Amino acid sequence: MSQGFTIPRFQLPGFIAHIGARLPQWPHALVLVTGLNAALKMKLLPEDSLSALDGKLFRIRVNDTGGEASFTYYGGLFRPVFRSDRTPDLAFAANLSAYLQLLARQEDPDTLFFNRELSIEGDTELGLVVKNMLDAIDWPKVPALLPFQRP
Amino acid sequence: MNALPDLVCPAGSLPALKAAVDNGADAVYLGFKNDTNARNFAGLNFDPKTMAEGIRYAHGKGCEVLLAINTFPQAGRVADWQRAVDGAADLGVDAIILADIGLLDYASRRHPNQRLHLSVQGSATSYEAINFAHREFGVRRAVLPRVLTLAQVEHVIKNTPVEIEVFGFGSLCVMNEGRCWLSSYACGESPNTVGACSPAKYVKWDKQPGAMETRLNGILIDRFGDAEPAGYPTLCKGRFEVQGEMYYALEEPTSLNVLAILPEIVKIGVRAIKVEGRQRSPAYVTQVTRTLRAALSALANDKERYHVKPNWQAELAKVSEGNQATLGAYNRPWR
Ligand code: SF4
Repeated sequence: MSQGFTIPRFQLPGFIAHIGARLPQWPHALVLVTGLNAALKMKLLPEDSLSALDGKLFRIRVNDTGGEASFTYYGGLFRPVFRSDRTPDLAFAANLSAYLQLLARQEDPDTLFFNRELSIEGDTELGLVVKNMLDAIDWPKVPALLPFQRP
Repeated sequence: MNALPDLVCPAGSLPALKAAVDNGADAVYLGFKNDTNARNFAGLNFDPKTMAEGIRYAHGKGCEVLLAINTFPQAGRVADWQRAVDGAADLGVDAIILADIGLLDYASRRHPNQRLHLSVQGSATSYEAINFAHREFGVRRAVLPRVLTLAQVEHVIKNTPVEIEVFGFGSLCVMNEGRCWLSSYACGESPNTVGACSPAKYVKWDKQPGAMETRLNGILIDRFGDAEPAGYPTLCKGRFEVQGEMYYALEEPTSLNVLAILPEIVKIGVRAIKVEGRQRSPAYVTQVTRTLRAALSALANDKERYHVKPNWQAELAKVSEGNQATLGAYNRPWR
């Protein structure tokens, strides 16, 4: 929308990923999991989709910051996973700008996927569940909740 | 000039529905969360509660709601499809989009006042087929498969009292809609039977060094280099070796885009233009609805000076499969 704030497509310089990969990875996972659990508490996530996530391992990698977060869902809560030897059931990788555009609902994941800006690996059906679950969240119009959400 | 056609936009979720309504759709179409609709993907579509909320939102803003029950009842489970029809009628949708003749018959008897549309999956390409559905079941609108030339569409319109809806934008399904069994060949399931072409549980994206491979139930469909645009994992858009040559033997990953022929579409009397993509996100619905609305408004303002603006094309190209668009069959020289 023209009146909204538009997130441009950008890529952070390579050295940031280099530094990022050396930093501890747990803060990313904590922030992510806290956000997801907040959405849970507000009953924004549909039950039938949540049951499909039970016990699955997810990994989100931010290519240009070198950041990576793994988490799982069980017992009705999202939980960070700090060390895991098994291959995630579902792994996303993209640059920071692509994630921000997704969060702001400025771009569609299929678009980013067609353009090869978003990579998804693992269980395709689980990927669809997650994508459709996030799409179906009818965010309350609270500006503070999602800073990038546009009118 | 004929009246401007209705802009009919997809809604796979409540936020997508709101995006369509807020960006200029005249109607939205949606489906239940089960195999009675041809976009039966995990987590997509509406349960009765969200559907009621969506209908309230759309009607509150003067937007129509069309409900697609566009798969074919499977043996022993006809009642499930009939229940979906009853549910739709109870919810007060403006029209039900049906493909199966038995269901059309059921709906027209059980709910004689309910407006019925003939789905693209009903695969009616001739005015005889459409007039049959009109005479027998009182069908008021038919959605034409994406296989006719513009001249053929005009011929249909001239010979039927039924309103005609055509596709204006979205991923191409190249076969005579409603008759494609390609994915059954690979995995035993197809749009008509389970409501999904290439069901996700059979799809595997395989990252290889420098490329990504797409497989459907183990069958290699395509291999994209890292810089190459990707498409949906459907068999019709795969690259295959035919007589020693490897290429998109059936169709390229591409999207239909009719902006260039919009004046002709209006001139021949098309009643509604449909946007494909209930599987897409609210962002896509916003972008496409807004762009087509801008084009329709420009045409209404001054049809002589209508031209396709570069920013419309750019916006639509970005969200297109394989980043490219085509006029499809509309301007094909052969039939
Ligand atoms: S395989 Fe292609 S033509 Fe057949 S239903 Fe799927 S998208 Fe349509």
